[in-house]
Amino acid sequence: MTREEVLCDLRKKFKDDIIEVLDKSPKRVYIEIKPESIIQVASYIFKDLKARFNTASGVDTRYHMEILYHFLIEDINLLISLRVKLQKPKLEIDSLSTIFEGANWIEREIHEILGINFKGHPDLRRLLLPDDWPDGVYPLRRDYKEWDKNAIRDRGV
Amino acid sequence: MSMKLKALLKSAWVFHLSTGSCNNCDIEILDCLTPRFDIERFGMLLVGSIKHADVLLITGSGNRKSMERAKRLYEQIPKPCLVVAVGECALSRGMFIHSYNCPVPIDKVIPVDVYIPGCPPKPEAIIAGVVKLIEKVKKGTEKKSSV
Amino acid sequence: MAKTIIPIGPYHPLQEEPEFFILTVEGEKVVDIDVHIGYNHRGIEKLSETKTFDQSTFVIERICGICSTSHPFAYTRAVEDIIPIEVPERAKYIRTIIAEGERIHSHLLWLGLAGHFLGYDTVFMWTWKLREEILDVMEILTGNRNNYAMFKPGGVRRDIKSEDIPVVIKKIDSIVPTLEMLKKAVIDDPVIHARTKGIGVLSKEDAINYCALGPTARASGVARDVRKNSPYGAYDKVEWDMIVTHNGDVFDKLVVRVLEVFESIKIIKNCFLNLPGGEIDANIKDIPPGEGIGHIEAPRGECFHYVRSDGTNRPVRHKVRAPTFMNLPTYKATVIGEDISDATIILAAIDPCYCCTERMTVCNIKRKKIYSGKDLIKLSREKTKILRNKMGVK
Repeated sequence: MTREEVLCDLRKKFKDDIIEVLDKSPKRVYIEIKPESIIQVASYIFKDLKARFNTASGVDTRYHMEILYHFLIEDINLLISLRVKLQKPKLEIDSLSTIFEGANWIEREIHEILGINFKGHPDLRRLLLPDDWPDGVYPLRRDYKEWDKNAIRDRGV
Repeated sequence: MSMKLKALLKSAWVFHLSTGSCNNCDIEILDCLTPRFDIERFGMLLVGSIKHADVLLITGSGNRKSMERAKRLYEQIPKPCLVVAVGECALSRGMFIHSYNCPVPIDKVIPVDVYIPGCPPKPEAIIAGVVKLIEKVKKGTEKKSSV
Repeated sequence: MAKTIIPIGPYHPLQEEPEFFILTVEGEKVVDIDVHIGYNHRGIEKLSETKTFDQSTFVIERICGICSTSHPFAYTRAVEDIIPIEVPERAKYIRTIIAEGERIHSHLLWLGLAGHFLGYDTVFMWTWKLREEILDVMEILTGNRNNYAMFKPGGVRRDIKSEDIPVVIKKIDSIVPTLEMLKKAVIDDPVIHARTKGIGVLSKEDAINYCALGPTARASGVARDVRKNSPYGAYDKVEWDMIVTHNGDVFDKLVVRVLEVFESIKIIKNCFLNLPGGEIDANIKDIPPGEGIGHIEAPRGECFHYVRSDGTNRPVRHKVRAPTFMNLPTYKATVIGEDISDATIILAAIDPCYCCTERMTVCNIKRKKIYSGKDLIKLSREKTKILRNKMGVK
């Protein structure tokens, strides 16, 4: 399948799920989809288009919490980024780790640093932060403030 | 002069502890063991257990999760012992000073005897640092004995 | 049979970075594994947002000391993807040379440590001695043994002097005979065959399902290499081959890495031969609002950076995905069902950025026996010794 065929195919198949397609450059495409249809679209891209799941990146913007799922179709060298926008404050989305194992850890990471809940994830334990990190404090959110009173932030000179 | 410190001047056994570093200092420490630098000829040996060590080489910027363990490890090392901080991160946390996961510098938690700066310090610098440490111990004991 | 829980770490001889593995074993067989990470978490993604685009390269460089080229490479490509801009030809070649030099020293480092765990300290000393030569080459080219600070968005910071090139080529040529010897010694050794063949197999299906990367995936027959799939730098302008093997065991991962060292040498020499003249920097002034993705092949697999800009001089979001993040979970597929004495080399086989001699304790709760990290390596070495005696190899 060529690049155009892939994009046409996606547009046709997920007519109701796709909100916007941003054709940025020959190697990069950003597709914004509805949060509830992430499972269908992602599993189609992973299983039928034989793409590789790169990673997911969560971004905290003013009104939304965005998650970008990056997939690379290696044969045609096309990086598809699925964008979902979650309306604050309800931060919930279906987990992709039921489809492929590769999404397991990255969802744990996003859960703890941005506080997004992944429904159906097998184990949403902490991955990076220490055990005594306070609940409800998410370091990569815009409104993160230093919570540790004992922290020293100068060099003592 | 305690027997332990006297022995230390001849053959220092080193334990190496990383508290959230970028591996560079750790690899340069390992490099000291390999044929080009070969610190074993000075009687220094990297040991696998803290309970056998005389010198604690500490690297990294003092990550919250690993500093807990570092404190516990420091309690287990037989005293008197010496602590060497290797690399910019261990000295002052370098560019990680404002990181949310590196709250306090290492020397506020564990008393440090010698600082080896550099990002990463070259193996030559590490060897020079350990030699200075030995000199420091010698001088310290001479002073004590003269008083 | 009763289950025993074996904690490995967080300070242990396998990884220089502290990491914590919980192995559940029944007798000698590993039945479950759980990985705890976060002992190295420094919040670099957050820090990067407080620095300018130019300053970020220095923070990014310090994500990992072994991959101190890969991360800036991916990051600068992500920033160039925002604008978008092409870097000058000469800068592309210089970037490729530095990246391949790093690949050689990283693979040699791994090979040495793999030998160390199998009880071949000779291999460890030989490869690390060779690695010093490569570090010398990097010092001549960039001015430092690690953390080269060569990359900046739009090009490279320093040029390669033409009088250095013959010195460097001579130095690289001088290590090839020793490498050939090592290759034969390692790949044809019957004891290494016995210890690594058929051990810790990652099947092709699992490699795809876990989204494994780099040599870990290529050893399982998944032809996945960013340098070939989506060429960047000068990789599409020079001749080289992608190494793919099909068994997915520890031995194949070893073979892939050893052969890749030779490919890297080929690439470096080709690059020096075809090094074009001209500018080394595209002189980027402003970064427009937008988002960019940069991905490159690090020694351990694909390194992925996502950068978003809002038109100011700082990134709004910078996401870093290192290759080991995807490769680590494959332990679930490779370690389970194997002996404990093989666990060390399997855990080491994906090259999880490991190196130093730290602490590892194994508590056998039932027998109240505590193994230290040394004992686990001893266990691994004893197995090699028994095999060696059986085969009559001295």
